[in-house]
Amino acid sequence: MKKKILMRGNDAVAEAVIRAGCRHYYGYPITPQNEIPEYLAQKFPELGGTFVQAESEIAAACMVLGSSAAGVRTMTSTSSPGMTLKLEAISYMSGARLPCVIVNVMRGGPGLGNIAGSQSDYFQATKGGAHGDYQSIVLAPENVQEFADQTMLAFDLSDKYRVVAMVLGDGYLGQMSEPVVLPDPVQSVPKKPWALTGKKGRDQQVLASLRLLPDALGNHNIDLQNLYAEITKAEVRFDSYMTEDADYLIVAYGTCARVSRTAIKALRNSGIKVGLFRPITLWPFPSAQIGELAKKVKKILTIEMCMGQMVQDVRLSVGCKTEVDLYGVAGGVIPDVDKIVERIKSYE
Amino acid sequence: MSNKIYEFPKSIKKDVIPHYCGGCAHGVVHKLIGQVMDELGIQGDVILAAPVGCAVFAYRYLDIDGLESPHGRAGAVATGLKRAHPDKIVMTYQGDGDLLAIGASETLHAANRGEGIVTFFVNNAIYGMTGGQMAPTTMPGQVSSTTPFGRKVEDAGYPMKGCELLNTLERPYYIERCSTHDVKHILKTKAAIKKAFEYQKENKGYCLVEILGICTTNWGMGAVESTEWLIKEMLPYFPLKVFRDKGVRTDA
Repeated sequence: MKKKILMRGNDAVAEAVIRAGCRHYYGYPITPQNEIPEYLAQKFPELGGTFVQAESEIAAACMVLGSSAAGVRTMTSTSSPGMTLKLEAISYMSGARLPCVIVNVMRGGPGLGNIAGSQSDYFQATKGGAHGDYQSIVLAPENVQEFADQTMLAFDLSDKYRVVAMVLGDGYLGQMSEPVVLPDPVQSVPKKPWALTGKKGRDQQVLASLRLLPDALGNHNIDLQNLYAEITKAEVRFDSYMTEDADYLIVAYGTCARVSRTAIKALRNSGIKVGLFRPITLWPFPSAQIGELAKKVKKILTIEMCMGQMVQDVRLSVGCKTEVDLYGVAGGVIPDVDKIVERIKSYE
Repeated sequence: MSNKIYEFPKSIKKDVIPHYCGGCAHGVVHKLIGQVMDELGIQGDVILAAPVGCAVFAYRYLDIDGLESPHGRAGAVATGLKRAHPDKIVMTYQGDGDLLAIGASETLHAANRGEGIVTFFVNNAIYGMTGGQMAPTTMPGQVSSTTPFGRKVEDAGYPMKGCELLNTLERPYYIERCSTHDVKHILKTKAAIKKAFEYQKENKGYCLVEILGICTTNWGMGAVESTEWLIKEMLPYFPLKVFRDKGVRTDA
């Protein structure tokens, strides 16, 4: 059996970055994700890695763009206000089909907000955020183990589809320590024949989002949409807990899912059958699965550490089949188990 | 028997019609870069971080690997390219708005880190692609579409001097300002481009060559008038000189 070690979420992410074969990290300090760059700044020299503390989040993301085009695995990490600044490069990378991994350890907003954990970047992550029709793959971990595993997975998915892959954690997951079994290091990273290496021995290669003529850009967008449809078909991930006989369904991801499990146990002890559906990919969103479950339950409660963002996707998935309620908290407040119990009991 | 004294550069695509306006300096600078890449035999080793602005399609004309940068971010994009390919030559090609306004931070910090890249900075004192708005290098009193009564320094400040700014930093290896207003200066520009590329081949560090040029379309003047305006207005404010050359022994 592999050894479990106690690790802080952010440190586990950084170790997973190394084990994913990434040796090009660019970042800018922001709380509550600083342990990721600090860990890599410590470890990369002996591994021959490149660590650059950039002059801004904008520059860090553009350095990632450059290294991605050069064909190496590359990533950046940040927290919400920094994520906003990285959107520029994400849009360009999406348009130029450049893979990279971005870890967002979400904190409370809007604006400077605070440094407590939050889930209020859901729209930004899943609905584009920056300009243009594009999608990033968005993974949402529930614990430190998943934070590390999904960081590894994000590199694979990003390289496979040549899209940006995000791991959407939050300040609590980044800062908490839990036992974790570290994933095995990859033996090799994918070859990228499209990468820029200088044209010696072949024709010129160009990586760009720019397509000046309407038909050309229109067709490029159709290609992107076809790619997104392919990803939606193949990469939806989710988890369900006690949903088989459930009368009520909670939909929650990340930290909210953890709290929900405790509430579900308490509710089941008092004879109320509640289950949890946890999206693991926030994009592509597990709409079909939620739609199916909605047919079997009396009511759905979406729980979020924001004032209701994912709830819109849940409602779209459900259509008008079942009523969808929301319990949202903001500013770093963690959903309260008693309040969840009370809310579900009120449905009886 | 006749000797071939002129040849279209191999490093420039012959079959593409450029979009640059008549009289524009970009064509001259592209040609010089192509010639130098041919002479140094580096075409296959150069990767371009292209700008946003008139030269956004530089990779359509230069037959080298090319990467698009968000507006102003070429310094950061080139950093990412070079860090992943330390054995390649990474160049940026940027205009005044790209390099000194929206990209001022990326420009300064790439230079300050001493990234092993070369930047060719074409300064024509105006935003060309977007239609002639004020640039950070627009001259005092110069009319642009956003300074219809002339640039007022009380409001918009003075033109920014890129080379002088970068020359305050320790790490840059070579910084020179050149011009394209006559043949003599075009040849000097070519020599500067060559020196910068040679330093890149030798992995010496950050090099920047600023090149003054005309923009007949957006200056609203003919090529002759534009050239005279560059000489009269720009040269006194943007002196042509080598600001930094760590490859030259100073104790000689």
